[in-house]
Amino acid sequence: MTTVMKACIESAAFWAPSLPGWPVARSAFRGEGRSIDPPARRPSPELLPAAERRRAPDTVALALAVADDAVSGSHQPAQELLSVFASCHGDLAITDAICTTLVEHPLLVSPTRFHNSVHNAASGYWGIATGCRAASSAVSAYEQSFAAGLFEALTLCVCEGRPVLLVGCDVAACGAIASTTVSQGLLAVAMVLSPERSAHTLATLDAGLLHGSSSPIPLRSEAALALAKNAMADALPLYEALARETTAPLALPLSPTLSLRIRLAGFD
Amino acid sequence: MPSKIAPIAVTAWTATSAVGSGRAAMLEAATRSRSGLRPNDFTHQPLPTWIGRVAGLEEAPLPSSLAAWDCRNHRLAWQGLQADGFLDAVARARERFGAARVAVVLGTSTSSIGATEEAYRRLDAEGRFPVEMRLPRVHTPHSLSAFTQEALALEGPCLTISTACSSSAKAFATAERMLRLGLVDAAVVGGADTLCGSVLFGFNALQLVSPEACRPFDVARAGINLGEAAGFALLERGPGALMLTGYGEASDAYHMSAPEPNGLGAERALDDALARAGIDASAVDHISLHGTASAKNDEVEAALVARRFGARTHASSTKGLTGHTLGAAGIVGAAFSLLALETGWMPGNAGSTRLDPACGPQIRLDAARADVRCVVSHSFGFGGTNCVLVFERGAS
Repeated sequence: MTTVMKACIESAAFWAPSLPGWPVARSAFRGEGRSIDPPARRPSPELLPAAERRRAPDTVALALAVADDAVSGSHQPAQELLSVFASCHGDLAITDAICTTLVEHPLLVSPTRFHNSVHNAASGYWGIATGCRAASSAVSAYEQSFAAGLFEALTLCVCEGRPVLLVGCDVAACGAIASTTVSQGLLAVAMVLSPERSAHTLATLDAGLLHGSSSPIPLRSEAALALAKNAMADALPLYEALARETTAPLALPLSPTLSLRIRLAGFD
Repeated sequence: MPSKIAPIAVTAWTATSAVGSGRAAMLEAATRSRSGLRPNDFTHQPLPTWIGRVAGLEEAPLPSSLAAWDCRNHRLAWQGLQADGFLDAVARARERFGAARVAVVLGTSTSSIGATEEAYRRLDAEGRFPVEMRLPRVHTPHSLSAFTQEALALEGPCLTISTACSSSAKAFATAERMLRLGLVDAAVVGGADTLCGSVLFGFNALQLVSPEACRPFDVARAGINLGEAAGFALLERGPGALMLTGYGEASDAYHMSAPEPNGLGAERALDDALARAGIDASAVDHISLHGTASAKNDEVEAALVARRFGARTHASSTKGLTGHTLGAAGIVGAAFSLLALETGWMPGNAGSTRLDPACGPQIRLDAARADVRCVVSHSFGFGGTNCVLVFERGAS
């Protein structure tokens, strides 16, 4: 394994319709609670002004909801946080709508939908909502987008010596693209990483690159398995490990031949 | 303020755009203000604007070993990789360091969405993609980076940065961090974006496209021309003859599609870039401006340049040569910056004839040649994303 990067996980946030919030998800991943039924409705991005809130696509609403939860839990000021927003596909409902409009009526493409189609839409709205002018990025790495986003967030945290907000979010494929692209349901996760341990630290994390053939980490709980077909599902093993306070190393695949090796420790 | 960073060597670089493939074509365009723009002949339905289209991609399929990735963006990327000996330079890095120690970090705004748009035009009777277009790894933002990693036979970290028009500039910052931490020994950075209906009709919907050839910083500018480009750079821990010495990333926190009126996000990115390079603005010989020819961008950027740089700095936008290549704009700006360091040639504002009075003495109409040692490149984008890069010449 190459260079070890160290950081502290200051907070965790999680949202899926069946597991709306980290306390519910944590409990289900520990086998102590269960998924809720009926499923929760998509959270409203309370951080945004009313006009923006109404027009916010699912990806933005979800990403902002978990980002807000993670930042509140971390007790770090939102205004100076670096941030990384990871998503495999971006907002597939917008992709479907724009591609459909382009076929017959290209002059009717909606300007709002178009500017919301950028992969960094949630990153942009996060800045607008919080007034944070610190560096923010939006990344993708196909079905390893969470692991790749975590890798990017860790390098930022270690190089800059500053806390970093990491957000991951994917939504369901809909319309014609669903004949090709597999992603089901809504899943959004977030955490704040910090170079310094604090009174709020949930766990410490060591990470490095591990070369050699990788394989997906089996999920342990029914609640997590039920979310496995979302394109952000590669986040689930780490959140299960956080919930279960697992200290055994985890190798999150970054590609078929490379993993991000993580070891959690220091649970209170 | 960030601390000074150690220099990163740029050991190979190239760009392909509407002005042609590779550095010789870029140099000719820069020195003669020879534009690659032409009236829009790309969209299926007419749209009165000009575009920066790369000629011949329709007749240039990928080699059979990469055919499963075929789409316009990957054809452009493949053409770009073959220019200026870039493939050979990467092969040498792969042999020297090992495939697993070379990262691929590319920026793209729309990746291969053009292929997705085509699939929507060709849906089967049940409203599904035609069978031959059901390629999940093509219809997704990471497609470009995954394709490039496979084409280059690399096995290190592979990441797509998709922050609209700052994407391929931010790739340099991400790669610098991986190099600094010793996680990799080299990184292929850059990006590619191709013309597609989404961006042409999307920018049209925002009333940002110009019906004529674009005129960056001109008093009568009428909007942007979209273009397509692919560009790449090979980075290693430095120093070197050409170096990335600084970068700054910052957010506007203002609006999704309009720049913050006082340029605060852009200025913060500039301040951070100069701090990482350990230089003052007075050291900057040339600025490769974002200069999209939109009313707002150029107004805000001109004011930033006027208040922060001395009169001797030569600043210009190359959008009048290539069009605005969106996610590739960062690497195109970086490529013109590296070209200026190598040849001394600093482009003018091709397409413009009468500069906006908001422009200070830094913004020039004509190309010029000088002893260029330090260049700054600006890339700003939707979502209020800003990235500024600093390149310097080292001892060769």
